[in-house]
This record gives sequence, C-alpha cells and structure tokens, in this order.
Amino acid sequence: MSENILVITEHLQGRVLDITYVMLAGARRLAEQTGGKVIAVLLGYKAQSLAGDFNAEAVHSYDRPSLEHFSPDACLRVLEAEINDEQPRAVLLGHTTLGMDVAGGLSARLNLPLVSQVQRFDGSNFVCQICGGKIMAEGPLPGETALVTMVPGGYRPEDGRGQTPPILEKQAPGLEGMRVRLSHFIEPEAGDVDIAKESVLVSVGRGLQNQNDLETIERLAKDLRGAVSASRPLVDKGWLPTSRLVGKSGKAVKPKMYLALGISGAPEHSEAITGSDLIIAVNTDPNAPIFNVAKYGVVMDMYELIESLSNALEQEAHAA
Amino acid sequence: MNIFVPIKMVPDLVEELSIDPGGAALDTAWMRLILNEFDDHAIEQAILLKERVGGQVTVIAPDAPDVDDALFTAAAKGADRLVKLTGETGSLNSHAAARALAAVIQAEIPDLILTGVQAHNDLDGQVGPLLAESLSMPYIGYVSAVKIENRMATVKKEYPGGLLGEFMVELPAVLGIQASDEPPRYVAFSKVRQAMQTARIEERDLGALDPSGGATVSRMFQPEAAERARMLEGDAGEVAARLVEIMQESGVL
Repeated sequence: MSENILVITEHLQGRVLDITYVMLAGARRLAEQTGGKVIAVLLGYKAQSLAGDFNAEAVHSYDRPSLEHFSPDACLRVLEAEINDEQPRAVLLGHTTLGMDVAGGLSARLNLPLVSQVQRFDGSNFVCQICGGKIMAEGPLPGETALVTMVPGGYRPEDGRGQTPPILEKQAPGLEGMRVRLSHFIEPEAGDVDIAKESVLVSVGRGLQNQNDLETIERLAKDLRGAVSASRPLVDKGWLPTSRLVGKSGKAVKPKMYLALGISGAPEHSEAITGSDLIIAVNTDPNAPIFNVAKYGVVMDMYELIESLSNALEQEAHAA
Repeated sequence: MNIFVPIKMVPDLVEELSIDPGGAALDTAWMRLILNEFDDHAIEQAILLKERVGGQVTVIAPDAPDVDDALFTAAAKGADRLVKLTGETGSLNSHAAARALAAVIQAEIPDLILTGVQAHNDLDGQVGPLLAESLSMPYIGYVSAVKIENRMATVKKEYPGGLLGEFMVELPAVLGIQASDEPPRYVAFSKVRQAMQTARIEERDLGALDPSGGATVSRMFQPEAAERARMLEGDAGEVAARLVEIMQESGVL
C-alpha cells in the first residue's frame, strides 16, 4: 500500500485533453492530504512528449504501437497491472468517453470501490455532482485503493500544469487477443458551420418543442450574426447534425455570446461553454443548473422571449 | 440474436429534487421516476437490430415505481420479453445491480447486451462496464451506431470534439449506448395499453444484494453556485429590451 495518487491521463490525436490537467490538480490536493506523490500514467505510442507539463512527481509511461489508440480492452489490462504494482490510495480517471469505458471494468476486476462524477475533494472526502448537476453528494473516499472518475469544474486546468516530471518506462503486459479493436477514426463532417469558431451562438435544447421551430431559431441567429447550436437531446432526435452539438461528446465553444434557450445545463453541456465571454440563459425551471454558469438568466418560456427579442432586435436595426 | 437490455428508472430532473431529513439521500416521497433516457436509446437500438438481423429482445429492470409502464412501452415498441427484478431494492447501487443482472442474464446465454451508457444518478460507476466484467465480456461505451455481422459488432464510438471511432467488437459483448441509429420511436398509448393486456412481466427475485464496491454518502446538498446568474425580471418585452442593451454593452451588437 502507498499513499500515492495515480492519474490516468487522457489524450486524443496528439493532444492532451483538459480533464487530464483537472485531474492532476485534484490529485495534488488529495496527495497533500495523504502525504503521497502524484503519479501520471500515460498510455500511448511515442507519446512521452505529451507529459512535459504534467504537475506530477513522476510519469509512468506504457509506450508501444498497440497502445497508440484507445481501446478499453487493452487499457484495462495495462491499468490492472499498474494498479497492482503501485497499490495507490486512489486512481483518478476522467468521467469521459474514455475513462468511463474502463473504470467499471477495473472496479469489478480488481475488486476496488469506485466513485463516479467526482468534482472535487474536501479533505479526504469526495464530492460528486449527480442528477444533472442539481445535487452534490459527499462521502469518505472508500477502501484502501479507491477508483474515482472526475468531472471538470472543481479544479483549474492551470493548476495541473508544472515542471517536466521524470518519465519511467514501464513494460506493458501482453496485449494479444483484444476483443475490442479500433478500425479507423471518422472525422466530423466538414462543410457545415464550425460552431467552435462562431462569435455568437444561439443554442437550443429540450425546450424546443418542434423541429419546424428551428426556422425561428435560425432567423434569430441570423439577426444576431451567429449560428445555431444545440444540446444533446435535439441531436439525438436528429433535428440537428452532430456538427452543431455543444457538450462532452460534441464541441467546446467560446463565443462572445452564448444564448442558451431551453437548455437545462447538465454538466456534460455546461463544461463545454465555460469559455464563452457572455452566457445568457432562458429556461422555465428557476433551478436549472444553466443559471449557475450563465451571467444573465431569464425564467420564461423561450418562445415568448424569442418573439419579443426578435421584435426588439428589429427595432434596434431600424434605429441604427 | 439473443439481446438483453438492462434499464433503470431515474428521478425526473424536470421536477424539483429535495434531500430527505437524514440529509444523505434524495427524498423519494414526491419524486417522479422516468426511464433513463440512454436506456430508451438502448431499447430502440435493440429493436432496430432485431428488425435487421432477427432475434429476441429481453428488457430487464429492477423494480421501481412506474417501471411496469416502461416495460410495457418497450413491449409495444417490439421487445419480446419483459423481466422485473423484485425484492428489497434499498441498497441497489450500480455494483449491486450489475451483480444481480449478471446472475439472471448469464444463464440465458446472451449474444449482445445493450444498456444506456450512463444514468445521471450513477454514484458508483455505470452498470454496463461492471456487468461486462461480471460476465467476462468486452465492453465499449458512448456508442451511437451498431451493425452486426458474423458474430462481430461494428460500432461507432463518440469522442470529444465530434470525432468518432469505428470499432470491431467480438460477441458476446456489452455496449453502452449513447444514441440509437435512429431516434427512439414514438408509440401510441393505445398500443401500450394493448401490450399491458397481452405482454407478461416475468418476475425474478433480486436475492440478497451485494453493494460492495460502491461508496457511502454522508451528506447530500444542492450545489452552491459560486456566481449565480443575475436574473432579469419583467415581462417578455422588458426583458428583451434589457437583453438588447446587454448585447450592445458587451459588443455583440
């Protein structure tokens, strides 16, 4: 047993994902409590250069061609060996499309407790964010080695950056007979608007009742010289293409203005809009978590407001 | 294809949630439960696969208020078998649910298990990967398209930034569904009512739950926002006028 904290770092197509730095920052706080070290674990191929700015005492690198791209099967096998070797106090994984694929398997395989959606640590307690950001749950970090999946919001990525830590090359276990294999990547469809580059986004969510109403939203976006984006439910309904999706598996955006209409602001969505200069949210639910990230909020039916807003913009255009 | 779809009911987030007097759990007295939306997509994906390659779809759920409606709705959409796990559900976390599901599903020799990639109240991980490990099957989640051919599933997995990866997965396997190939179909209430009369819900005993591997919550609370939005009051016209001013002040207009 050690008091060290392992951070399972995440990268995609040669770029370190922000959640990696958030986890390193969280691990630092936890290590201060336990008196242990922060060890960053890096799986990949020729990927060691990515670890240059990790805030960690050491990097454990598993570097081989078969680890170039993420595979849950291979990742499980490597992390199983790493955790058995290190016997850390905690293992932090991203509550992401990558980390969530392996955390449960590790918990069941190694018989280790797992806490998910953890936003921060309070002393040696976990604080997690559940129910779409409406409820926080706190409790003691379980077991001797706890597995944790982390959401953003509790730590600043800057605090996870530091000086070049020493890299220890570790030998990966055999990776034959993998039952899940990547064939190829499919890049997001080109040709459509790149919402990550728009300076104004009019974003719609579950509050939009009808696909035909998108015309009204398009008109409003045009009046504001912006583009239309959406949260998950509308993309899943097929009303808008994935290229317009703002959120965890869509895009992170940073417009001058993000106008959120009928979007509740679940963490998967909110985490992707915090780079916006100005967030205005309109929702009928006064307790919607979107009001925790917005600068201005309006509790109102979005349709009612859109009509008045369009009129006001029209008057403004005439006056100018 | 023998397809299993484990589903669960979750608190409806549209309703106000409150904490019970003990301070460490949600108050269930007035809580409305709905089907986890990702599980709805898992049901749809299973039925789409059945329509394409044939097979049987079994939807399985731990007992909860209104779960019968969710099961009958699945039957109305095309599910063949409905199973409800009954008994003492008090300590039902993801770990306990995965073990209970594994005990029932294992004997049925499934080819494919589809379940929602996550639920908003998962505190101890997601059922999918836990279940996969219990059944010694591979798992991949955030799946938004599935094709089956020659004991092999070809799936699309979502990454951040809109990137997708196409993966080959050997069956039997567990897939965590983010979105079905097509949006979940609408089913008229008359068809659900018909299913209530013709479909049968098989009941299985959950047995003694084993929640080990989960976490203990000592306190639940509503998040304290660091900086809550400044709320604009007034009628739609007044609010719209104020918003235009704000947009001008911040250089958007």
